[in-house]
Amino acid sequence: MEKKTIVTGVIGADVHAVGNKILAFALDQAGFNVVNLGVMVSQEEFIAAAIETNADAILVSSLYGHGEIDCNGLREKCNEAGLKDIPLLAGGNIVVGKQEFSEVEKRFIAMGFTKVYPPGTQIETTIADLNEILGIK
Amino acid sequence: MNYLTVDFGSTFTKLTFIDSIREEVISTSAAFTTIDTNVMDGFGKALQNLENKIGQFKYDRLLCCSSAAGGLKMVALGLVPELTAKAAKMAASSAGAKVIKTYSFEISKREQDEIYQINPDLVLLCGGTDGGNKEVIIANAIRLSQIERNFSIIVAGNKSASYQIEEIFSKSGKDFVITDNVMPYFNNLVIEPAKSSIKDLFIRKIVEAKGLSTIQNMTDFKIIPTPLAVMYGCELLSKGTSKNPGIGDLMAIDIGGATTDVYSMSKGNPSVSNVMIKGIPEPYSKRSVEGDLGMRYSLSSVCEQVDIEMLSIKYGIDIKIIKDWIELCINNPDTISQNGSIQERVEAIIAREAISIAVQRHAGVMESIFTPMGEIYTLTGKDLTQVESVIGIGGAIKNSSDPTFILEGAKFDLSNITSTKPKNPCYMIDEKYIFASMGLLSTVDKDLAFKILKKEIKQIN
Repeated sequence: MEKKTIVTGVIGADVHAVGNKILAFALDQAGFNVVNLGVMVSQEEFIAAAIETNADAILVSSLYGHGEIDCNGLREKCNEAGLKDIPLLAGGNIVVGKQEFSEVEKRFIAMGFTKVYPPGTQIETTIADLNEILGIK
Repeated sequence: MNYLTVDFGSTFTKLTFIDSIREEVISTSAAFTTIDTNVMDGFGKALQNLENKIGQFKYDRLLCCSSAAGGLKMVALGLVPELTAKAAKMAASSAGAKVIKTYSFEISKREQDEIYQINPDLVLLCGGTDGGNKEVIIANAIRLSQIERNFSIIVAGNKSASYQIEEIFSKSGKDFVITDNVMPYFNNLVIEPAKSSIKDLFIRKIVEAKGLSTIQNMTDFKIIPTPLAVMYGCELLSKGTSKNPGIGDLMAIDIGGATTDVYSMSKGNPSVSNVMIKGIPEPYSKRSVEGDLGMRYSLSSVCEQVDIEMLSIKYGIDIKIIKDWIELCINNPDTISQNGSIQERVEAIIAREAISIAVQRHAGVMESIFTPMGEIYTLTGKDLTQVESVIGIGGAIKNSSDPTFILEGAKFDLSNITSTKPKNPCYMIDEKYIFASMGLLSTVDKDLAFKILKKEIKQIN
């Protein structure tokens, strides 16, 4: 079966590079075709890469607490660019302070995200979700 | 051994006669290019002019390049503007073609008609990484196959779409060649195969269409596009040969009547630390062509982009003199300014401004961004701030009494600190217009071409 393509990167003005490399490595090992955009990636860059590589999902990381602002509007822009039903996943330290994660999750789902992960999530969880979303056995 | 190089330009056919034993250019000559009747007439006239200068001579090898009739017109198609569409444009420009327009995404009916109007010689079709998006490149292949013009197509896009594309073009009887993807995987630029396909098609097309078959039959060496020859010359001077070290990073600027060409030979790595690199990587040898910046045919669009009033104040020249001169040149493209006149000064000021814009478009952009982690720089394109030499090619620079002033347009400018132009370059000039000639010669004898280049390209400041 052809490999599924995942576009990943750290959104906004965030320069946390280490976790990004580990994520990309783990996804690659799990059999995905990984397009890693690195750190400080804008919404437009995620979309451009996803169009050009015909990506199956976009996996957004944010570690510096501004993730909610950075991710807002990504779904709308994807729709505009023709990436209509592309799964959007987000994880990391996506919000500031001690907030109830279920509330955060609600807000991200309302923003059009398919899955959101709290801090400390194991990559295996996300890989399992990706396999399910993309119909990989 | 004696070499004769010929450059069939759009206006002049230029000859350079080289003696390999004395390792120098013996003489040069020129005559009007006679593209409308028979190019051989102009060539014969130039030979006669050369003979008048140095007497009877014999050459052992003949090397030719051509940009006759404005060179080969090309359009490029890609998918995302800042990705494969940009890569397509870069590949075509670097191969020496004149890129009239670049299109992205699925082209519209209007764009399809526009390509018909442009009537290009070559079309470069890109789009999608290997295994990536193929709908758009296939859709564009269908659109191109419907355009009833006699152009050749170079396909350098998603390899997974090549079967279908081959079928589309074979069915419609279009002349096409499929080569490696310019962006096989994300942000990885591979432009050499596309470049070499463009070069091969160029030779075929130019020989057929521009009546250069007689001259091609006179030599074993293929006729190449003039800008590619200039690029070879620049590369040689920058890198040197196995025996002679080159002069390092350089930039060359050729400002003509209709276009301004900028070449940079540099990796363009960031010169400061803490820099994030953005966008697609650019090649060591990069050429860009600005079709809206030129000293005659494109003068009106230069003037739209500069502030004439500000220039008048800055240089203390009456605005009426500037405006009158510009009008005269637009209406009479063969106008030449008198040496030492105020018009010559105006000419130099406009050339300097045009170069400033052209180099700004060619160079990269370094921006600072404040993040929660402090100030961080991002670089898009090449960082050319450390480039050591800026070389002027072309009449507007060569014939000016103050070429340094004109070339200083290429220099880093405090009013636009994000543009990575050279900060402290020395200026050089190609007085005899030998870059193309030496580029041609380098395909046969690198060391000889390098020695002559080093001798002839002179520092002026």
